[in-house]
Amino acid sequence: MNPELLGRTFPPAPPYLVGREKVREFSRAVFATNPINLDVDAARAAGHADLVAPPTFAIVVQEITLAQLLAEEDSGIDFTRVVHGDQRFTTTRAIVAGDELTAQLAVTSVKTLGGHSMVTAESTITDAAGEHVVTAISTLVVRGDE
Amino acid sequence: MPQLTDLTVGDIVAERSVTLTRDSLVRYAGASGDFNPIHYRDDVAASVGLPGVLAHGMLTMGLAVQPVVDWAGDPARVVDYQVRFTRPVLVDPQHGAVVNVVAKVGALDVEASVARIDLTVSFDDATVLGKAQVRVRL
Repeated sequence: MNPELLGRTFPPAPPYLVGREKVREFSRAVFATNPINLDVDAARAAGHADLVAPPTFAIVVQEITLAQLLAEEDSGIDFTRVVHGDQRFTTTRAIVAGDELTAQLAVTSVKTLGGHSMVTAESTITDAAGEHVVTAISTLVVRGDE
Repeated sequence: MPQLTDLTVGDIVAERSVTLTRDSLVRYAGASGDFNPIHYRDDVAASVGLPGVLAHGMLTMGLAVQPVVDWAGDPARVVDYQVRFTRPVLVDPQHGAVVNVVAKVGALDVEASVARIDLTVSFDDATVLGKAQVRVRL
């Protein structure tokens, strides 16, 4: 992996519009059963503008920025050897249907540990008003030669 | 909604068992946009040296927090969620895979009104997520 990736920031990804049916589809896929994820009336009764997305939904938006990273010609990352090491979401507010979200990636750590390389990619996700919604942090492990 | 003052470190607040099938993986692939074929094709999984088709780590992470969401009463109360992916979940084409989740109070921050809920997520009698922590504002 190219150590010069460290500290690199990327241009913001194109805005992602959170659709109500996408929230329902994602909710069902992660076995969410809470009505606030699925039923607009229940979400509104709980004080939300629309359906609330599950806590891991931000991965869908982060994915766009991870694709930017893997597409970097000088990254030296072999996609077929990439394993997801860890994941974190630090939330200011929940994502709701109707949000227009913009994600921007920064590489905050590049390490080599016994033949494996690790890259930490931090995607800061903001809403249409520019306010912080969630930061999604992924560590990708690139397995070395066996 | 649970009250922070009613909780004690070590309390089990939620438990759930989820059976994943190959259909679950295809559904998650479509919903998330992660179409890596190791999550639905045995031949591709075998070609990269895997013992079989694996669940997406993000699917395991996504389902493991759901019992906590239901206990807290609102998905918006989850303010922080982190996991480490330590072992894969192999999904048998016929029998699927049973993932068990136990959610326990790990720490209480009364000032911030946040409970840290620690998840034990296991498959085949071994834990598959490490340092799985959910911070919930109550």
